[in-house]
Amino acid sequence: MKDISLHLMDIAQNSITAGATVIKISLIYKDGLLIFRLSDNGCGMNEEMLSKVTDPFTTTRTTREVGMGIPLLKLSAEMTGGSFEIKSREGSGTTVEARFIADSIDRIPVGSVDETLGALILANPEIDYEVNFQCDHLNFELRTSDIKEYLNGVSISNFEVIGWIAERVREGLKEVFGGVLNEISG
Amino acid sequence: MKSLAELEAIREKALKEINLRDNTGKTRVVVGMATCGIAAGARPVMNAFVDELNKRNVQNVNVTMTGCIGVCRLEPIAEVITADGVKTTYVKLDPEKARKIVVEHLINGRPVKEYTISEAE
Repeated sequence: MKDISLHLMDIAQNSITAGATVIKISLIYKDGLLIFRLSDNGCGMNEEMLSKVTDPFTTTRTTREVGMGIPLLKLSAEMTGGSFEIKSREGSGTTVEARFIADSIDRIPVGSVDETLGALILANPEIDYEVNFQCDHLNFELRTSDIKEYLNGVSISNFEVIGWIAERVREGLKEVFGGVLNEISG
Repeated sequence: MKSLAELEAIREKALKEINLRDNTGKTRVVVGMATCGIAAGARPVMNAFVDELNKRNVQNVNVTMTGCIGVCRLEPIAEVITADGVKTTYVKLDPEKARKIVVEHLINGRPVKEYTISEAE
């Protein structure tokens, strides 16, 4: 995957398949690390599945015998000298955390998190998404549950609403990471 | 800077349109968004569908995504399912083709044969 936002698009599908009703997405810059974390309240995995999940030949789908999403994310993180962790409890949910060394020459850019979010919300508007960007003391948060409350009767998957949300997320990325991450102008 | 006032304006506009909308069945556009699709460029294809539909103010079309359809070498793939249940599978898409599909198929009712899976095999 060329950037983190595409990994997000990919990994979030797992949460949706797992029947998650809440998906929390975080991007945190701390101590030279860029941490991408995704947490869901889906059906989770048992110990056996969890132990195999980073293997590209492990998948729950039936159309193919490979599942590349998680192994590719692990690779992207480790390529920078970073690390990868996945935790899960059957019946509770799963948390995926990829830690990138921020100024490694091999770190893929953050990418268009706004586009990915827009597409995810459009396709699965019933899910509550919580987005969080953090860098030192700077913090950005967006929750689709708040937006739905505000919309009060208008669907969140209205194309213009999605456009508004995407733009807001784009702004948030700049506010928090501008000038800190090379690819985001401040 | 995106403001709540702007969101409010979008809300008001949408509420007005809800009353005007006619209730013919919905057409669905389902874009393949598995790892293969994403790597092949499905996200810009989905955005192009949404953007063109929005630009032309087309109502009654839902855009959504699905997992692996099983023909990864033909990604990006999108299925158009009209209200009467007729399904057209488009393959090897890009944003330009997506926009053409919106105009020719979704608005004018003429599927774009050369982008379909039967033409690709």
